[in-house]
Amino acid sequence: MLKMNHLSKIYRTDVLETHALRDFSIDVKEGEFVAVMGPSGSGKTTFLTIAGLLESFSGGEYYLDGEDVSGLNDNARSKIRNEKIGFIFQSFNLIPDLNVSDNVDVPLRYRGFKAAERARRIREALEVVGLASRMKHLPSQLSGGQQQRVAIARALAGDPRILLADEPTGNLDSLMARQVLDLIENINESGTTIVMVTHDPELARRAHRSVHVLDGQVMDLQAAATHEPEPAGMAARI
Amino acid sequence: MFLYHLRLALLSLRRNPALTALMVLAIAVGIGASMTTLTVMHLLSGDPLSGRSAHIYYPQVDATPADWHNKYPLDMMDYQSAVDLWSAHRADRQTLIVNSQIKVRAPATNLPPLMLNMLSTTADFFPMFDVPFAYGRGWSAQDDANHARVVVISSDLNDRLFAGQDSVGQTLRLRDSDVRIVGVLAPWRPSPLFYDVRGGRYANGDTADFYGKPEDVFTPFNTGLEINDGNFQQFTCWHMPDKPGHLVNAPCVWIGLWVELDSAAKAADYRSFIANYAQQQKALGRFAKTDTRMLDLMGWLDYNHVLPRDVKLQTWLAFAFLAICLFNTVGLLLAKFLRRAGEIGIRRALGAAQYEIFMQCLVESGLIGLLGGIGGWLLTLAGLWLVRTRPTPYADLAHLDTSMFLITFALAILVSLIAGALPALRASRIAPALQLKSL
Repeated sequence: MLKMNHLSKIYRTDVLETHALRDFSIDVKEGEFVAVMGPSGSGKTTFLTIAGLLESFSGGEYYLDGEDVSGLNDNARSKIRNEKIGFIFQSFNLIPDLNVSDNVDVPLRYRGFKAAERARRIREALEVVGLASRMKHLPSQLSGGQQQRVAIARALAGDPRILLADEPTGNLDSLMARQVLDLIENINESGTTIVMVTHDPELARRAHRSVHVLDGQVMDLQAAATHEPEPAGMAARI
Repeated sequence: MFLYHLRLALLSLRRNPALTALMVLAIAVGIGASMTTLTVMHLLSGDPLSGRSAHIYYPQVDATPADWHNKYPLDMMDYQSAVDLWSAHRADRQTLIVNSQIKVRAPATNLPPLMLNMLSTTADFFPMFDVPFAYGRGWSAQDDANHARVVVISSDLNDRLFAGQDSVGQTLRLRDSDVRIVGVLAPWRPSPLFYDVRGGRYANGDTADFYGKPEDVFTPFNTGLEINDGNFQQFTCWHMPDKPGHLVNAPCVWIGLWVELDSAAKAADYRSFIANYAQQQKALGRFAKTDTRMLDLMGWLDYNHVLPRDVKLQTWLAFAFLAICLFNTVGLLLAKFLRRAGEIGIRRALGAAQYEIFMQCLVESGLIGLLGGIGGWLLTLAGLWLVRTRPTPYADLAHLDTSMFLITFALAILVSLIAGALPALRASRIAPALQLKSL
């Protein structure tokens, strides 16, 4: 599903060259739930933004769902992001002026769905996260956990092949974090591949396997490349 | 997507009402200033005889002595040349014009006498220039020949003397002569007063008088010359007339001749005709030169630089002001869009392509332009009201017509789209990863 071979990412300024990723290789199979771990500054978030086609890379290869994505233009990358990738961010990243329903609607708008189809997907996604009754609430009227669940609903509404989560519970208390993590597990069990970046070993234990990143490199090559995913539940995906 | 972008634009504008108001105000003020001056310019630079001006010509012959070094024939004709050319009736229509001031009274009323402008002209004047009548009609060619004591009056004068009632058949006293009213004009306000335009290139841009109202009294050419003898002004003379104001046999130019020629072939023929006439007059010893010229109506107006210089200057200044407003709006929009870099990053992450962000920002700019257009329209109305309060001859013309109303909004939206293009481009190129990392 997600395969990177010897990927590198170099940030250059006039006086400095920073290797955020070097010789980075990872292979995530369809239906897997992989945790990418590492300390701050190790390059795990850079990996996630490249994996989500939000950033280009300097060298190496990247295949997403079997497609070489290195030479794609902005339109093609946007289309893949919209159709195949769902994002969950640490700080939720909801648009504050839009209510819950409209926030979930954002990726569906760019997908070009008709109004009835969008309404159905919004309702179903919010039912999955248990917030169908809060459609008209603004993000500021929700708790942190609820906001993260809205963000998850937004990520799910487009029926993505892979979900990229960046410290999804980092801004939540332990109770809410557990609820959100349960939700992510359920999503994985329904067949969606999940790659979660975290520095919390407790969270990583909920994944099928962990990949450790340090100084822009995958340290545990065996885990990165060869670990077989536990069979994912094949329940109907939204 | 357009409606979605429109909805987002409304939300965005409501989010920062002060900033929105500032941008709308900047566009409104710029549009108001430029549309006020542009409307005045439009009104003053239009075709006064739309659809017909290409067939109306102003012939010129040169009766000046040999020691006068004028590049072109003078703007008016001497009496002999004007009457000769008019009498030949070689055009489809032809009319002589000369204006003067005259004392006017209506014996049937007790109103005091008025000093008014009188145009002495010929019968073709009215059909040739599409002059509208409220009552009666113009006089006939026979009346011209008979020096008939008849008169046509303006709508304004009819209102003043006869309260707007049908005054055909009533008597007017022009100076010391009684004349019978045969026609009353409907309101008529050609802009500029084209048939009286001359000498504009000597006016140093001060040509506002070309936009005054038409004369109030119209008499047959010879009738006017008889009634108001001694009160005519020359355009120029190469010798002093024996008696000031008596110009019929004076070495002066003071009469205009307009002709209507319905085809290019007829115009060419008429040019030959006046050239032959000049040759003939030179052979007779009356002309020293054989220069002739014949411009069509719009050519004549251009030659006379009819558009007042201050109007042109004001228009340039107003558009410069609009440019300043535009630059301010660019800055404000840039600040507004870049402040939303986080939201743009989220949208990009969720699948918005660069062009969709660009369009979203551009729709927001267009909406600001539309609101600015409404403000600009109101300010234009206020600006034109101010123009109407000024003591200029064209003040009463300053109204916003439908085309300028539409241009107001088109210009406002165009300006806002231009102002929004660069900020929208910058916004669409925001790196989403960078924004999401910093959120």
